[in-house]
Amino acid sequence: MSGNGKVDMVSIILNGEEVEVPAGINLIEAAEIHGREIPHYCYHPKLTVAGNCRMCLVEMGMPMRDRGTGEPVLDADGNQKIGWIPKPIIGCGTNVSPGMHVNTDSPLAKDSREGIMEFLLVNHPLDCPICDQAGECRLQEFAMDYGRGYSRFVERKNVKPKRTRLGPRVTLDDERCILCSRCIRFCQEVTKDDVLGFVDRGSYSTLTCFPGKELSNNYSLNTVDICPVGALTSSDFRFKMRVWFLKESPSICTESSAGANTLVESREGQIYRITPRRNDAVNDTWMTDSGRELFKQVRFESRLTTHQSDGAEVTLDGAVARSVELLSKDKIAIVGSCNSSVEEQYLLRKLADQTKAKTHLPGHFGDDDGLLLSADRSPNLRGALATGMVKKYPSDNLKPLALQLGKGAVKTLLVVNEDLFSLGITKEQIKKAKIIYVGTHENETSKVADVVLPGLTVFEKSGTFINRNFRLQKFFQAVPGPAGLVPDFLVLNRIAAELSGEVAESFGLESLWNEIGKLRVSCLKGIAFREIPSDGLALDPGQLADLPYVEGPSLNFAPAKVKKKAKAKPKAANT
Amino acid sequence: MAVAKEKRIILKYADAKGYSNDLPCYLEHGGYDMLKKAVKSKPEDICEEVLKSGVRGRGGAGFPTGMKWKFLDRKSGKPIYLICNADESEPGTFKDRQIIYKDPHQLIEGMMISAYAIQAKQAFIYIRAEFFEGARILDRAIAEAKAKKLCGDNVLGSGYSCDIVVHRGAGAYICGEETGLIESLEGKRPNPRIKPPYFPAVLGVYQCPTIVNNVETLCNVKHILEMGGDAFSKLGIPNNTGTRIWCVSGQVQNPGYFEFECGALTLGEMIYDVCGGLNPGRSLKAVIPGGSSAKVLRSDERFTGTLKDGTEFDWGVTDIPLDFDGPMAAGSMSGSGGIIVMDDSVDIVEAMANINAFYAHESCGQCTPCREGSLWMRKISTRMCSGGAREEDPDLLVSVANQIEGRTICAFGEAAAWPTQSFVAKFKDEFIAKANQPAPDDDAEGPARLRLI
Repeated sequence: MSGNGKVDMVSIILNGEEVEVPAGINLIEAAEIHGREIPHYCYHPKLTVAGNCRMCLVEMGMPMRDRGTGEPVLDADGNQKIGWIPKPIIGCGTNVSPGMHVNTDSPLAKDSREGIMEFLLVNHPLDCPICDQAGECRLQEFAMDYGRGYSRFVERKNVKPKRTRLGPRVTLDDERCILCSRCIRFCQEVTKDDVLGFVDRGSYSTLTCFPGKELSNNYSLNTVDICPVGALTSSDFRFKMRVWFLKESPSICTESSAGANTLVESREGQIYRITPRRNDAVNDTWMTDSGRELFKQVRFESRLTTHQSDGAEVTLDGAVARSVELLSKDKIAIVGSCNSSVEEQYLLRKLADQTKAKTHLPGHFGDDDGLLLSADRSPNLRGALATGMVKKYPSDNLKPLALQLGKGAVKTLLVVNEDLFSLGITKEQIKKAKIIYVGTHENETSKVADVVLPGLTVFEKSGTFINRNFRLQKFFQAVPGPAGLVPDFLVLNRIAAELSGEVAESFGLESLWNEIGKLRVSCLKGIAFREIPSDGLALDPGQLADLPYVEGPSLNFAPAKVKKKAKAKPKAANT
Repeated sequence: MAVAKEKRIILKYADAKGYSNDLPCYLEHGGYDMLKKAVKSKPEDICEEVLKSGVRGRGGAGFPTGMKWKFLDRKSGKPIYLICNADESEPGTFKDRQIIYKDPHQLIEGMMISAYAIQAKQAFIYIRAEFFEGARILDRAIAEAKAKKLCGDNVLGSGYSCDIVVHRGAGAYICGEETGLIESLEGKRPNPRIKPPYFPAVLGVYQCPTIVNNVETLCNVKHILEMGGDAFSKLGIPNNTGTRIWCVSGQVQNPGYFEFECGALTLGEMIYDVCGGLNPGRSLKAVIPGGSSAKVLRSDERFTGTLKDGTEFDWGVTDIPLDFDGPMAAGSMSGSGGIIVMDDSVDIVEAMANINAFYAHESCGQCTPCREGSLWMRKISTRMCSGGAREEDPDLLVSVANQIEGRTICAFGEAAAWPTQSFVAKFKDEFIAKANQPAPDDDAEGPARLRLI
C-alpha cells in the first residue's frame, strides 16, 4: 500500500499480455485476477506459503539488462530481451515485480504440471467411487484439466491406513493424502493448536497427530475443508451424500456475533453439512465446528410445528386472531431475541410502538475464543439496537421484566424464541399474564403459553443479521420449513397489520426494507435489501459504537474501545 | 610424465605416525597459531583473504566461499550464525570423517577463524548421526579448546566470544542440504526451505543470517590465513584453487582418500597410478566422479568442447583433470569428491537400482516430484533387476527423472534424477538387454534376493 491507502499497481506480462496487478501479490493471485488459473494444492490464501506441491510451476523471466552497464539488452528488432529462467518457478512463492514475464501456458509450464499431476496420482488409490471428496476434489479437477489422461504406472502402489481417527470429528485416509501440509499449517497458524505433523519420509510420509494429542479443537473441520483431496474427511458427513447433489445456499452462522459466512448444503429439503464461505472482512475461510452442528436443530423432536391457542391446535389464522386479541389490551410487554433477524426485530419494534409495549431483550454471553466464537453468543444483538427494538445493551437476565410482572404491570407477554424461566422469571410471576410464544422449538415457556406461533429456523427463512463488526449480512432460505409454517416476519407483520385493523398485503423482504430504510435515526437508514452485497455491508454504528459490547479482540475484529491501542489482530502470521 | 605427488595440507598430520587428536599434539604441530593471528586482525581482512584465495565449497556445489560470506545480511542487526556441515552422507564420500576423527582441532580452529571473520555469535557443528564417535571426539576437543580459551568466551583474550555446539543428526541424508540442516538444527523435520525467501545468508537458523560451510572448506580457511589468499590461489589451477581430498571407492586395488592439488592429476592417473588400477583381468566400465548423485561417465566416452579459458579439450574418461571444472566440462561434476569406479563385472542396471534405492529411501517427502519420482524410479529399477524388465522401461525411467529435475524445492531432485538420466543415456543397450533376459528361476524371491543399499 502506498501512503494514501491506495494499492500500488505494477504491470507484468502474463502470457504475452501486459496486465496491471496490485504490487506484492503472488503469481497465483495475479493470474487469477486476469482469468488465468494457476493450479495449486498446497497454497492457501490464508496460510503461509509452503511451496511443496509444485503444481503451480510456471515459467518466469525478467527483461535483460547488461550486468556491467545496466543498459537493457536488445534483440535484433530493438526489443528488450527476456531472460527466461531455465527452470520453472512456483507461482505461490513468487511475487509480482514490475516488468516480470510470466507464462502459465508454455510447453515447460504444461510439461511441469503434467509431470506433477502424474506423480500425485502414482500412489493415489484412485478410489473416487467411494471418496467423499469426489466432485469437489482438486485431484480430479486438475487431472481433467492438466493431466496427461493416461497412466504409465505399472508398479504396486503404496499402502497406507485408510481410516485413522485424528480427533472426534476428523477421519484421515492416508492413502489419499498428497502431503500438502495445509492442515498442519492451519493448526499451527490459525488455531495455534499444533497437533499435526508428518512421520516417516519420502512417499511413505504419513500425516499423524503428535503422541498423546488429538485434533479436537473447535476448528478441526476446517482442515477437512482445506484438504484439497479426500484425505481428511468429516466423520459426521463421511459417506452420507455425494457432494454434487448438494444445493448450496449462502447463510450466516448464528452461533455468535462473529457472523461467519457459510454455505448451507442440502438435498431435497434435508441439510447435510455447513461449510464456511470466504469473507475476508469476517471469517476469512473458516468457521467453528460447533457452528456446523447447528443445522441438526431443524429436525429435533422438540421442534414446534403446529399453531396452538389455549392448548388446542388451531390454524395460523386462529393463532394470529387470538394474538391480536390479546395484544389489543393494555399492559403489554415484549421479550425479543438476539437470534431474530433484523426484519423480525424491526417488526417487534413496530408492534411495541403500536401496543405501547415495554421491550425486553436478554443477551446470551460466553467467552471469546479469539477467532470466530465471540463472547456474544447470538447472531444479531446489534440488529435489535439498530432497529431500535431496545435502547439499552442487554444483560443476561430479565430482572426488569420480573419487577414489572411482580407489580402486575404486564397482562400480555409476547415472547420470541426465549425461555423466560431460564432468564430469572418464575412460574409464579407469570401466572397473571397471558403469553404469546413465537419460536422454533419447544421450551418451558412455550409449554405454558396461551398462543404458540411456531417459527422457522435460520435455514428455512431469509433475512439479515448485524455481526460484531456492525456488518449487515444476508442469509437465504436453504430448505423449506415444516408444512404450514410461514416466515416469522410475515406472522409478525400480519399481527401488526391486523392490530391496526388493516389486512396485511402480500409482502416480501424487499418491501419490508423499504420501511426499515425509512427509519429516521438508525444506521440502517436508506438501505435497500437488494443492495446489500453478498459479502455484507459495513454499517456506521454512529452512537451505538459506545455501548458496552462484550466481545474481545478476535479474527478480523477489534473492539471499538481498544481499537486505538492498535492491538494486533490475531491473524494468520504472514511471515 | 610422472604422476603428481599427493599434496597434503588438510590431511598433513592426520595419518602421521604418533599424531593424536588431542590438543597438546595439535599445539605441538603449530595448532591455533592462525587463530592467534586471526583475532589480532580485522575480520574484514580475513574475509578478503578468503575471497582472494578463490576457495570453493567442498561440500558438493563448489560455490566460492568468499562470495557466500559476502552475501551475509549484516544490516538486519540480527546475530550471525556459523554452521559446519558435517553431515557427510553422499555415497562414495568419506573425507570429512578423516578430519573429524583424526584432526578435530584443525576443524575447530578453522571454524573459530571463520566465525571471527564473519563475526558469528554462535557456531554449530551439525554432524551426521552415524558419526557418534566423531561427535564424541569433537565434544572433547571443544572442551579442551575452551579450557585454553581457544573457543567460547573471550577467545585468547581478544574480547571476541563464540561457542561451538555439536549437534547430532538423526540419520537423514537430506540434513546435508543446508536449509534442511537448519530446520533439523532448529529441532524440526528437515524439510528444505523454499528459496526465495529463505536464503541462509539472510534468513537462516532462527531466521537469522547464517553461513553453512563444509568441514573441508572450513579447514581450508586456516590454511588460507597461513599462506595468504594470493598464495593459496596459486595452489591448483585458476578457478580451482587449493587442494582437494578425493575419496576413491569401488573396484580398484587400492581405494582410499588422497589429497591432491586441484587439477594436478587426471582421473586415469588416480585410478591406475594412485589407486593401483583395477583388479587383475578387469577393464574399466564406468566412473562416477563426484559422489553417487553425479552423472556417470562411460569408459569409452569422448568429451570435447571448450573450457572457460578458451582452451579446447578432447578427453577420454581417463583424461579428465581432477578439479572442479574438469568433471563439469565432461557433463558430470566433482561434487563431494567421491570417485566410484566400476569395472566390467558390474551389472549397470543393478548399480543404478542401488542408487535409486538410496535416493528413494532418503527423499524427505516434502515436495511432490522428488517424493513420488524417486520411489517410482526405485520401483521400476528394482523390478527390472528382478526379472520384470520391459523394453519401454529405460525411456520411462528417463522421463520420470526429467519430471523431477529442476522442479523440486532443493537440489535433491537433481541428485536423484542425474544418476538415472546418465545411466540410461550411456548404457541404454544394457537396459534394453535386461528386458530380454529370462526371469530368475524363483521369480517370487527375486526382489528379496536383490540386496540394495
